[in-house]
Amino acid sequence: MLEMRAITKRFPGVLANDRVDFDLRAGEVHTLLGENGAGKSTLMKILYGLYQPDEGEILLNGSPVEIHSPTDAIDLNVGMIHQHFMMVESLTVAENVALGLPSNRGFRTDLDAVSERITELGTRYGLKIDPSATVWQLSVGQKQRVEIIKALFRDANLLILDEPTAVLTPQEVDQLFKTLRQMTEDGRGLIFISHKLHEVLALSDRITVLRQGRITGQVPVEGATRESLARMMVGREVKLAPDKPAVEPGRPRLRIESLTVLGDRGDEAVRSLNLEVRAGEILSIAGVSGNGQREMAETIGGLRQPTSGAIFIDDTDVAGKTPAEIRAAGLSYVPEGRMKNGCIGAFTVSENLLLVDHQKAPYVKWGLFDFGVIKEHSAQLVKQYAVKTPTLDTTARSLSGGNIQKLILAREISGTPKVLVASQPTRGVDIGAAEYIHKRLVEQRTEDTAILVISEDLDEVFALADRIAVIYEGQIMGMVDPATTSREEIGLMMAGVHPETTSDRP
Amino acid sequence: MTSAVTQRRRQSKYLAFLIPVGAVVAALLIGAIMLVTLGANPLEGFQALLKGAFGSKDALIATALKATPLLFVGVGITIAFRANVINIGGEGQMVAGGLLATLTALTLPDLSAWIMLPAVLIAGLVGGAMWGAVPGALKAYFGVNEILSTIMLNVVAVQLMNYLLRGPLIDPGELERGTRIPQTARLQEGADLPLLFGDGRFHIGPLVAVLAAIAAYILLWRTPLGYRLRAVGLNPDASKYAGIPVKRTIVLALTFSGAMAGLAGAVLVFGSESHRMVTDGSTAGFTGSAGFNGIVAALFGGLHPIWTIPASFLFGGLLVGGNAMQRAVQVPSALILALNGLVVVFVVATDRYRKRMLARDVRVDAPEPLASASNSPPTGGPEPPGEKDAS
Repeated sequence: MLEMRAITKRFPGVLANDRVDFDLRAGEVHTLLGENGAGKSTLMKILYGLYQPDEGEILLNGSPVEIHSPTDAIDLNVGMIHQHFMMVESLTVAENVALGLPSNRGFRTDLDAVSERITELGTRYGLKIDPSATVWQLSVGQKQRVEIIKALFRDANLLILDEPTAVLTPQEVDQLFKTLRQMTEDGRGLIFISHKLHEVLALSDRITVLRQGRITGQVPVEGATRESLARMMVGREVKLAPDKPAVEPGRPRLRIESLTVLGDRGDEAVRSLNLEVRAGEILSIAGVSGNGQREMAETIGGLRQPTSGAIFIDDTDVAGKTPAEIRAAGLSYVPEGRMKNGCIGAFTVSENLLLVDHQKAPYVKWGLFDFGVIKEHSAQLVKQYAVKTPTLDTTARSLSGGNIQKLILAREISGTPKVLVASQPTRGVDIGAAEYIHKRLVEQRTEDTAILVISEDLDEVFALADRIAVIYEGQIMGMVDPATTSREEIGLMMAGVHPETTSDRP
Repeated sequence: MTSAVTQRRRQSKYLAFLIPVGAVVAALLIGAIMLVTLGANPLEGFQALLKGAFGSKDALIATALKATPLLFVGVGITIAFRANVINIGGEGQMVAGGLLATLTALTLPDLSAWIMLPAVLIAGLVGGAMWGAVPGALKAYFGVNEILSTIMLNVVAVQLMNYLLRGPLIDPGELERGTRIPQTARLQEGADLPLLFGDGRFHIGPLVAVLAAIAAYILLWRTPLGYRLRAVGLNPDASKYAGIPVKRTIVLALTFSGAMAGLAGAVLVFGSESHRMVTDGSTAGFTGSAGFNGIVAALFGGLHPIWTIPASFLFGGLLVGGNAMQRAVQVPSALILALNGLVVVFVVATDRYRKRMLARDVRVDAPEPLASASNSPPTGGPEPPGEKDAS
C-alpha cells in the first residue's frame, strides 16, 4: 500500500536519510529499527508531512503523492501516534477526538455521535475508554488508547507508531499488541518504531534496520534474532549481556530497614521496605514504573526525606541526611533523570565531571581552581569511560544521551564508592553505550562496591543482576535468583502476585 | 571541528554581540523621531549627546563617575542573575550601604584615611549585604518571591533613610538655620575618597568598581563558590543531587549582590563633592536610579562582569550626554528619561535573541545528532537537525 523510494533528507551537517527505500503492505506490521539518530523519525516525519524530502518519491496505493503537511497525510488516511501525546488535557476524550473535525451539525458540536463511534471502535479493537472522561484523569496507557482511537476515527489505514511502548507497563504492552494485531487483520498497515528488540520480534512481520541514515538490513521476522538485529543496528557484534566474572559477595554494605517514604501526592510510595545489598554484588530491582522505585532511590540519595526507617551505608545511618553527608558516607548515585539531576546541561564536560568534587584538592589550590589538574583529570575520565565529545569544553547537553550517561557514570564510579545506586542506567541510551555501561557496572563488583540497579527493562535486569528483587506498591514482593527464575515468574510478582515458593530467598 | 563550523560559530558570536548594539541603535532611532516631533534636529541633538558624554576630558570624567554606581550594581546583578536570583533591590541596597557607611563615619572618631577609608567601604559592603541577605533568606527558606521582596525592601530603605536624614542624622547646621534640608553634616575628611589626576572630582571610585568587576569574574569562574552559584542558577535539582547546599547558595548570591550595591552607596556618599549623604525624599534622590539602571548595564554586558565595565560606561555616557543634549536642542528633560527607557526596553526585549544566538552555536558543533534526553530544557531554538526519538 505504501512505497517510499530513494528518500534523501539532509540537515546542516547531517545526512539524516540517504536513499532510503521503504514499503508497507496492507495487513502487516513493518518495523523500523535503529539507534537514536539513525533516521527513523526523520523518515516517518517525511511520510507524515512534517518534513519534505530533498530527493525521492512516495507512492500510496500505486500513485505518487506529495505530502506537505499532516493535514495532507490525514486526508490520505495516514495516521501517526506520537511518542508524546498531542491532546488538550482539560477536554474530554470525545472532545479531543472531535477536535479539528467537521461536525454534522454545522457550528454545533455533535459529541453524542462521536462518543458512540468511540465506544464502537473501542469494543472492536479492545480500546476500552469512557468518552466522557477528562483527559488529565487518564493513565498513560489510556491516553495512548485515545490517540489510537483518534487515528482510527479519521479512518487511518496506515498507522505510524513512534515508540508506543516506551511509557507502558508489560501488561499494557500485551494489550496494545492485541489491539494492533486486530487492526492488521482488518487490512490496515502498521509501521512500528522501536528499539526494544524482544518487542520488535514479538510484533513484526518484517523489519527494516537503519544506521546513520542508511538501510543496513531488511529482513522477515522469521530467522531474525536479537543478536542479528543488534548487529545490524550497531554495525558490529554486540554483547547484549556482559561477561560476568564470578565475584564472591561480601558483607552487606547497604541495608535498608523498614523504610517508609511519601510520594509526590502524599501517599506512601515506599512502605516499610527492607533490602540488603552486599559488597561485590549487583542487586536489581525489577518492577513496573511507579511502584516506589524512584522514591526509594531518591531517599537513598538524600533528595527525599523518609517518614521512618533506616538506611545504613556500612554502619552509618544516612536516612534523612543531606546529599553531601550521604556522599561523604560513601554513596554514588546515577539518577533516573540524567538532564534533571545527573548533569547541568549548560556546563561543559569538564565542569560536569567536577560537580561533586568541585571544592576538593587537588582541583582547588589557594581557593582558586587549578585548571591544569582539572583538565588532566577530565581528559583521563573522558578517555577511560569512552565519552565521545569533541572537546572538554563542549556543553553536556550537546552530547548524545548515551555519552551523557557515560559522563555521569565516570563521575560517580571514579571515586570507588562503597555503594552505587544506578536508576535506569541505560534508558534511552543506544545499544553501544548500554553495552559499555553494563560492562563498567559489572566490573565495579570487583571493587567491593555494593551495586543497586533499578530498571524497568527486564532484559537489563537479567543481564546484570546477581539477585533480583521485585518491587510492587512500595514493598519487595520477593527475591529471586536470575539463574533459576523466569520472566513469567517475575512478571507475576511485578503484577502483585505473591510467589508460591520462597525457596529462592537468600 | 571543521573550519566551516568554527567560522559559523564565530559569526554567531559576532551576531550575538551585535544584537544589544543594534537594540541601542533602534532605541536611538525612535528617540530621533521623538526629537523631530518636538521640532529639534536629531543629528544636532545626538551630536551634543556624544560630545557631552565622551567629547572632552571633563565629559569623560563625568561619564566615568556616573558609570561607577552602575558598574557596582551591575556587577552585583551578574552574580545574582547567574545564580538565577532576580535582584530588583539595588536601590534599597545602595541606600542601606550608604547609611551604614555614613553611620560609621559619624560614629568613629576622626582617624587617618588608612583606617577610615577601608572602614567606610566595608561598612557599605556590609549594609548592602544585609539588605540583600534578608530577601535571600526569605526566598531560600520560605519561598518568598525575591522580585517582590527586593522591591518592597527598596521602599523600606528609602523610608529609613528619610527618617534618619530628617531626624537623628540631620546636619545640626540645618536645624540652626531652619532650612531643614535632609542631609548629614560634612562627614570626616579621613573618609573622603582620594582624588586622582589632580582633578577636583575624579576619585578612586571608578577604579574600585573595575576591581570589583574583576573580583566578581574571578569569583564566578575561578572559585568553587562561584561554581556553586552558577550550578544552582542553571540547575538547582542537579546541584542538590551533587551535594551543593542550594538554599545557602541562594542566600549568598543575594548577599554578594547586595554587597556590591552597598559599596555603590558608600562610594556615592564619600565620593560626592559635598561629602555628605543627601536625599530629596525619594530613593532616586540619593541613588540617581543607579540601582535600576545597573540592571540594564549588566544585561547589556551579557551578565558578564568584565563586559559590564564598558556597558556601564556607555550608559553613564548616555545619562551625562542626555543632559548636554537637553541644553543643546532645548528639549524637555523628560525626553532623556524616555530615551533611557527606550534603550532599556530594547536591550531587555532583545536579550533572549542574544541568548538564542549564543545557544545556537553550541548546537551547531554537536558531535552527533542531538542528545535524546526527553527532559532536556527547552532552548527556544529551532528544531535541531537529526532525530528526537528518545524513549
